[in-house]
Amino acid sequence: MLQRQMHERKVPTRDGELIGYVHSTESFGAVDGPGIRFVVFMQGCNMRCQFCHNPDTWRKNVGTEMTTDEILRMALPYRQFWGEKGGITLSGGEIMLQTEFALELFTKCKKLGINTCLDTCGQPFTRRQPWFDNFNKLMKVTDILLVDIKHINSDEHRKLTGFRNENILDMCQFLSDINKPVWIRHVLIPERTDFDNYLIQLGDYIKTLHNVEKVEVLPYHTMGVHKYREMGIKYKLDGIEPPTPERVKNAEKLLHVADYRGYLE
Amino acid sequence: MKQLEKRVEPKAWEGFSGGNWQSEVDIRDFIQQNFKQYNGDESFLEDATPATKALNDRLVALKLEERAAGGVLDADTKVVSTITSHGPGYLDKTLEKIVGLQTDKPLKKALMPYGGIRMAKDALESYGLKLDPEMEHFFNDLSKTHNQGVFDAYTPDVKRARHYKIVTGLPDAYGRGRLVGDFPRIALYGIDYLVASKLDDLDNYGDGEMTDSVIQMREEISEQIRALNQIKDMAASYGYDISQPATTAQEAIQWLYFGYLAAIKQQNGAAMSIGRVDTFIDIFVERDIERGVLNEKEAQELIDQFTMKLRMVSFIRTPEYNSLFSGNPIWATLSLAGMGIDGEHHVTKTAFRFLNTLKDMGAAPEPNITLLWSQKLPDTFKRYAAAVSVESSTIQYENDDLMRKQWGTDYYAIACCVSAQPVANGIQYFGARANLAKTVLYAINGGKDEIGKAQVGPAYEPISSEYIEYDEFMRKFDAMLDWLADVYVNALNTIHYMHDKYYYESAQLALKDTRLDRTFATGISGLSVAADSISAIKYGHVKVIRDEDGIAVDFKADNDFPRYGNNDDRVDEIAVWLVKSLYTKMNKHHLYRGSKLSTSVLTITSNVVYGKNTGTTPNGRQKGEPFAPGANPAYGAEESGALASLLSVAKLPYKYATDGISNTFAVTPSTLGHDEDLQKDALVNMINGYMKNNGHHLNINVFKRETLLDAQAHPEKYPTLTIRVSGYCVYFADLTKEQQDDVISRTFHQSM
Repeated sequence: MLQRQMHERKVPTRDGELIGYVHSTESFGAVDGPGIRFVVFMQGCNMRCQFCHNPDTWRKNVGTEMTTDEILRMALPYRQFWGEKGGITLSGGEIMLQTEFALELFTKCKKLGINTCLDTCGQPFTRRQPWFDNFNKLMKVTDILLVDIKHINSDEHRKLTGFRNENILDMCQFLSDINKPVWIRHVLIPERTDFDNYLIQLGDYIKTLHNVEKVEVLPYHTMGVHKYREMGIKYKLDGIEPPTPERVKNAEKLLHVADYRGYLE
Repeated sequence: MKQLEKRVEPKAWEGFSGGNWQSEVDIRDFIQQNFKQYNGDESFLEDATPATKALNDRLVALKLEERAAGGVLDADTKVVSTITSHGPGYLDKTLEKIVGLQTDKPLKKALMPYGGIRMAKDALESYGLKLDPEMEHFFNDLSKTHNQGVFDAYTPDVKRARHYKIVTGLPDAYGRGRLVGDFPRIALYGIDYLVASKLDDLDNYGDGEMTDSVIQMREEISEQIRALNQIKDMAASYGYDISQPATTAQEAIQWLYFGYLAAIKQQNGAAMSIGRVDTFIDIFVERDIERGVLNEKEAQELIDQFTMKLRMVSFIRTPEYNSLFSGNPIWATLSLAGMGIDGEHHVTKTAFRFLNTLKDMGAAPEPNITLLWSQKLPDTFKRYAAAVSVESSTIQYENDDLMRKQWGTDYYAIACCVSAQPVANGIQYFGARANLAKTVLYAINGGKDEIGKAQVGPAYEPISSEYIEYDEFMRKFDAMLDWLADVYVNALNTIHYMHDKYYYESAQLALKDTRLDRTFATGISGLSVAADSISAIKYGHVKVIRDEDGIAVDFKADNDFPRYGNNDDRVDEIAVWLVKSLYTKMNKHHLYRGSKLSTSVLTITSNVVYGKNTGTTPNGRQKGEPFAPGANPAYGAEESGALASLLSVAKLPYKYATDGISNTFAVTPSTLGHDEDLQKDALVNMINGYMKNNGHHLNINVFKRETLLDAQAHPEKYPTLTIRVSGYCVYFADLTKEQQDDVISRTFHQSM
């Protein structure tokens, strides 16, 4: 009980079992970490990224309540598709808002020999306790992380997402220090992130990390725009088109994408 | 047999390891003793030679010219096609390393009236050509065709079932096809040895008592011997003496191609497979390379030019036929790789070379490249095939682990679109398919056709309540399924009797063992529609809306119900039950020539026509809407993602549906991965996973819906865009508008 009270919020349970708030699942994730993966999209995120294509995952403490065993029951029938590298990815929303759930699920996964991947933007990261302790435990059962760096400049990061990026870069540093493999992803948005000076800065920053197996440039797309209309939220990138293939190539060059080949091993 | 051995020129066999193959016809043993595995990657491959490029440019130009002309440039109206009916024909004699055309000119269509003279006449007329009156007189009044024989014997019941399209696509007016000749026999032994061997069989057939079956078989063996001699004559007209074994790789390919050429000169079968020749050819190529008489560039040239010949095969068909099998496929199915029963893989460099033809000569629908997939194939080969799939969407994958076990041999080939067949001694009687979705409606309507309004099935009591009661429906459905099994098997027994009598495949069967294992192929269409409809009745509380004649024309389900394609056992088990149930009912019957029953869940493109002729079904599918192809889940039913869909289909039992369970899968490139390496990995893992779950067949298409929409609007921009439909490959531009729409509306698996 004492430990429970130390948490900033109460961990949700059902009949004594830990539950997570799940937005949706995907049986065939081929772009959510190594190999083919079962992807669980968790509900809830603090950031309000202007380009987010899943605004329906923002609200917290709603969605389908599921236990970790229920997730495993859904995922395991697909195990034979995962090959040597694939497994389960927890994505979002922001998975780091439900670290207790992630810890329990991934602990079970490791017992079953399943590869585990976290897809995060790092916004909840802090070295304050007890959060940091819990995060450390989670890292022990996490094989790899996909980390989105939304913007290298903290002021621009705040404009784009509502939050500054210092703690996110601190997380990247920490992951590098403990040598936890990561894939860094960066969404390329004309008029927001697609500027050579920022891309060069970001490229230089990533070079300082020692744990990066892959860097991906994700071209901004507009497939989620209809959700804003349905939800009655103003879409702030109206009129911005996806980047041209030339600009994508340029970004890949400035981020030294070709240098990161660790994911092929 | 001792005498036979002496006839063979031993020099041709120099450098080969000996074995049983030297004392009797046994290609499998020859392969087993001599093939060389290849475990490396594709880096050894060479590009096309200038000669191949020039020939290919000419062929592509001709094909586009043919398409622009409406599908036919030239056709025989008087000369009936036989093995020896035409003099030699060339694309460009000075450049061709492998020669031989169906007629005397490239793409000129042959006249093939033995399946049915009316079909031949109608086919010509639909392209503005006229059948020679003398031919018409001859086949109508003086002689007889397969088609006439069938209709002389059909019962009224069969005719009605056929007319109202509860059974469709029956091979009663064209060649049944689906026989894979063991074409390498000509290359390894030469014609003379094969003739002697068949004479020996003739001497030893029957115990002297002339029963029906002995008479029939002795006549057939004699026909086979005649065909072998004609193949020799035909080859001679191209300047080749094939009486003796081939001595080089070029000769080996040429000899076996002459065998195939004889088959397509004689038969316009629905499927005319080339078989499984990659490992066999590779042995000859390797020997030549070792001897220093062939280099890699030249080896690739032989494979390219042989493949080019397979790309040229075509038959003239009627518009009705084309609406069933759109884009004029002929299923020159080429099976590659696979495993030996000893657990050793059969990937050779030549399997790579065949895949490389798609790069050397661009994508094309034929040959229908089929990769026999095993978990144990080398990763290098799997990844190369995956890369080719991503690039060209031209490969289908079939579960070798499953088929090897089922058929008990590693020398089988795919005989049509997806059906396996032992090459040495197996044949299959092709029998189209029966419409299970319509059978659901017949059960509800007491055997009355919902579109034609006629009494087609037996006049059982229809369902008359407002809501369909599940138990009552199942009783009525079971009885209707009994009738369907009866009428369908009766039709097929008639067809195969007459086909043997009037359109016997002497060329292909001359290249197989005399004593055959026969399978009686049946097929199912509308499986997903029927399964979902029964699920709706069971779980959805379905209300019937009837027209003024009391026929059910619409349905309303009050509740949601599980749909096939979501890995949900409640409905997937219904689909499994349907397959087993129809199989069991058909299996009660007498089957022609002691054949063994098999069935399939594959529709080719006929899912469109079947749907067009089927009324609204209880699952919510509207009258006239296409069925999903093959064993695919119904359109819009898949809500749980790609892998859930694959797992549902993988539950269908191959043991019953040994003719194949076809699954056609489309995925966008970006869903597979953000770069080529990841895309290859994802495809390999996906196929591995599907096969590990006992999935049988997978067509893989990698493209975006937008590409197809653009190709439909601007066909000139995509002259050779090739896609995979149920069990074959087709130029998108050669599909009818209806079928293009159907392909576009299929499920594309994609992630955001």
